[in-house]
Parts: sequence; structure tokens; C-alpha cells
Amino acid sequence: MVNTKVTLSGWELDNPIIPASGTFGYGKEFAELWDINMLGSFSFKGTTREARFGNPTPRIAECSAGMINAVGLQNPGIQHVVEHELPEMKKFFHKKVVANISGFSLEEYVDCCRIMDKEDQVGIIEVNVSCPNVHGGGMAFGTSPESAAQVTRAVKEVTQKPVYIKLSPNVTDIVSVAKACEEAGADGLSLINTLLGMRIDLKKKKPVIANKMGGFSGPAIFPVALRMVFQVAQAVNIPIIGMGGVATAEDVIEMMLAGATAVQIGAQNLVDPYVCPKIIAELPSVMEKYGIQSLTDIIGGAWK
Amino acid sequence: MRFIVKENRWLTKDVLLMRLMGDTRSIVRPGQFVQIALPGFYLRRPISVCDWESGEEGSLTLIYKVVGHGTEAMSLMEEGTELDLLMGLGNGFDIQADEMQTVENPLLVGGGVGVPPMYGLCKRLVEMGKKPTMVMGFGKENEIFWKAEFEALGVRTIVTTIDGSVGVKGFVTDAMKQMPGEYDGVMCCGPEPMLKAVYDLCQPENIPGWYSFEERMACGFGVCMGCSCQTKYGSKRICKDGPVLRGEEIVW
Repeated sequence: MVNTKVTLSGWELDNPIIPASGTFGYGKEFAELWDINMLGSFSFKGTTREARFGNPTPRIAECSAGMINAVGLQNPGIQHVVEHELPEMKKFFHKKVVANISGFSLEEYVDCCRIMDKEDQVGIIEVNVSCPNVHGGGMAFGTSPESAAQVTRAVKEVTQKPVYIKLSPNVTDIVSVAKACEEAGADGLSLINTLLGMRIDLKKKKPVIANKMGGFSGPAIFPVALRMVFQVAQAVNIPIIGMGGVATAEDVIEMMLAGATAVQIGAQNLVDPYVCPKIIAELPSVMEKYGIQSLTDIIGGAWK
Repeated sequence: MRFIVKENRWLTKDVLLMRLMGDTRSIVRPGQFVQIALPGFYLRRPISVCDWESGEEGSLTLIYKVVGHGTEAMSLMEEGTELDLLMGLGNGFDIQADEMQTVENPLLVGGGVGVPPMYGLCKRLVEMGKKPTMVMGFGKENEIFWKAEFEALGVRTIVTTIDGSVGVKGFVTDAMKQMPGEYDGVMCCGPEPMLKAVYDLCQPENIPGWYSFEERMACGFGVCMGCSCQTKYGSKRICKDGPVLRGEEIVW
């Protein structure tokens, strides 16, 4: 029997598989298809203080081995999430959840974390400072070590829950941003968010996406994500949730060898709603194939 | 869900019919759609259901237009090809709902590849004892498809062409203007300007309408929020809360 358990800041997960924010809603659409309690956990749709419709459509474009989205943090607002989504979620998901929150000001990040701190269902707060699809917030906080540290410090003051900062790959040096977050008190890091990209419609000779640019995700970005996890994990002493283009059990193991403690699955959920149960089912045999007894043992195994 | 292509043939120079076999039991209403995984393409392709026979080894009829590389690849698929489909997606036309039950003489309006979903709807309305009329709009004569199939249901079928080569010259609304008082509800699928024109004609008469929309989407089952639209009752996902919206809730 192989051991798939991993631990994030004292929270033991049955396995490292966590659907990524924005690809799993608040869980109910998937719970209709399979028992989502088999997951390690899941990260719910990025939530802001106020309800948001997001960007104009079209918001989706296809790419080779991936896609671009420019949804722009559409969500019903944190009060609605706390009053409706979380109680609803409790009916079909009996584990703790990763609360993904975002903001357009330091105060908004603080308010969202203060509210999530009171929720027993929340295991980790994942603070998104890397959304490429909104202006005057989101990624703006994640592109400099100083502002990322500022958000980290501010939210840590209002919550006892572990805070994981979700980092952007759209920076010159992700290691310096990661280190700044660690120094400011982050309990862990999630990386990577989507890569800024675009497509042009040849018939219209205009960008496919109404917002022109969007976040590129899917298997095409896996090597970039893996490289960044590999670099960051060696530079910090806090756990990392690795993500970006993960689509198979083999990808999960690569991510962990690069230094991830847990792994999020994003875009692949949108094209194959059964990908997470497939990965969870395949993980033990893939571990055996590569002579892995316990997943915890392989974290950062590729460093030297 | 695994499906096998049984037939894939051209109906016009850019529209094809694909018939597949597989478990169709999750399709419950006309106007729903399927998401087809195509080898070599990342996103699935959403295609509306033209008709289906429910069963574990049921049959599914799709009519689609070649608009890009994905549908071009579909057009080359041969009999026996295996495809992975997600289905029973979207709300479809809720023909059992009280509001729709009260419509005795529904007018079905389809424009171009908006015509196919109206066929599955038409067939079921006929089975329910309703007296639908079908209006199908095309650009010109050689673009017309599926007219005989509607007629075979015993349904009055009116064709419009923009160039006047067949039937009523002009748009679907030009045909509708010639038949005032002959319908007490409208169900419609086609390009958005067409939906809007139909709505503008029906609204002053208080004729209830159900309008099926299109939007670029990723997942097709309500989680990515890629296809959201704003309605008078808040935001809705075209793939999950739609594609069929009630006339009164639409923000044009």
C-alpha cells in the first residue's frame, strides 16, 4: 500500500489533489457527477468583497494545448458566499476547503480574510495577488515583492488560518516575490496563476477576447509552472501548492519532485470533468511504477 | 460518454449532419447541447442537439456548420470514429413547464444553424398535440437544409431567403409580419440580431418567447464562467442557466 497523504501547514490531506480556483465553482456542478469527497480538498471560485460580473464576453479563446480566459473574477461577493455557498457546500463536501480571495485594495484583502477567518469550513486562505484579468487590483499586488509583502503582512494580522499567497508568473523574478511573501509571514505559496496571453481572430483581424488579453492555462504551460515551482521551492522554507497545466498523475509526481507539497488541477477540469477522480485512481499505480512508497518522501526530490 | 459516428454527410456546402450511437439518456429536453472532445483540440466543441432517441444505445443527430479548424476536423470524420461527448447540457426548451404548455400554436423560428435544435423541439411539440409552425431563415437557395424533415412532421414550414431565391424574400421577421395572430408563443434560435428582431416584433403584442443564445464557452457545464451574460434577474451562464432565456429577462 502506497501512502498518498500530504500535510499543508498541519492540515493532513488524503491526497495532494486540489482542483484550482475558477475551474471548480463552489463544487456543486462536480458533486453532481462524482463524490468530490475523494479530493484532498478544492479551492473555490475567487471571491471578492463585492459581487462582480467580470469582463465583457467573449472571455474564452482556444490555444494549442491550452486556453485563454478573461473572466475577470466573476463572483457573487463574499457575503453571499458565506451565507449561501458555504452552507450549501457543507451538504456535499465534508472536508475543509481552500478559500480563494482577491481584492482591489489592501482593505478589501483584509476584509475578505477577516470574514473567512471565522469560517470553520475553511482550511487555508489562498490570497490571489495574481489575477491577470482585472485592473487596479489582482495582479498589480503580485508583481512587486514590496506590494506582495504588504498584502501578506496585512492579511496575516486578521487571521489565524494558514495564508497561502497565489503568485503570478508574469514577473521578472518570481523567487524575489516568493521570498518577500515568506518574510512577511506567508504560511505557504500557490503557484503559478495564468500567463498573460492573447489570440487574434483572422477573419475579424481583432483580438478574440473582448478584453484583448487574458490568462493562458492548460498543459502548454506545465513546463513553465514546473520550472517556477522548482526555483521557488528551493529558495523558501514554506510549503508550496504547485499548479499550471497539470493533467495526469505523472504530472502530479513531477510537480512534487520539483518541490510542491500539494498540486492543483485547473484548466483540465473544464475539458475533462472527470480528470481529478482519474488522477486519484491512477496515482497509486503510477507511484508503484516509479518505486514511490510515500508522496511526502518525494517533495523536492529533483533538487539534487 | 463514448459515442460512435454512424453517419457524417454534407447537407450543403458548409453544413453537415452527424449521426452517432451511444448512451443518450442524459438528454432530457430539446434545445440542450453536447460538448464534443476532438483529438488535437484543447476545448470541446459545443453543438446543439437536432434530435435524439433516448436509450443506453440511443441515437443522436447533430447538424453543424464548418466555422473553424475544429468543425473542419469533425467534417472529415468517418463512420466508426469514436468520440467522447458530455451531454444533457443546458436548460433547453422546458416543454413541460406551465408557461409553455399554455402555448397552443407555437411559432418556431430558426436561422441558419439555429434551425437544427428547432427540429427536436418541433417533433416533441407535435407529439404533445400542439400545432407548431416553422419559419426557417437562410441567405439563399443553396444554403437551405432540413425543410423536408419539418414537412414530414406534418408541420407548416415557411422558408425565407435574403435574396428571395426561395420562399419569402427577406428575414424570418418578414414572414412573421405576414401571419399576425397566427401564433401565441415563439421559440427561437439563431444569430443574435435575428433573436432581437423576433423579440422586437413579439414584445408589443405580449407574445411570450423563448430565445436560445450562443456564446464562446470553455467547460459547458457551468463552472468556468466564460459564457456569462447579464439578465434582468442577475447574471446567468449561457451553458448552464441557458442557452434558452425567457424574452422578458433578456437585456439586449
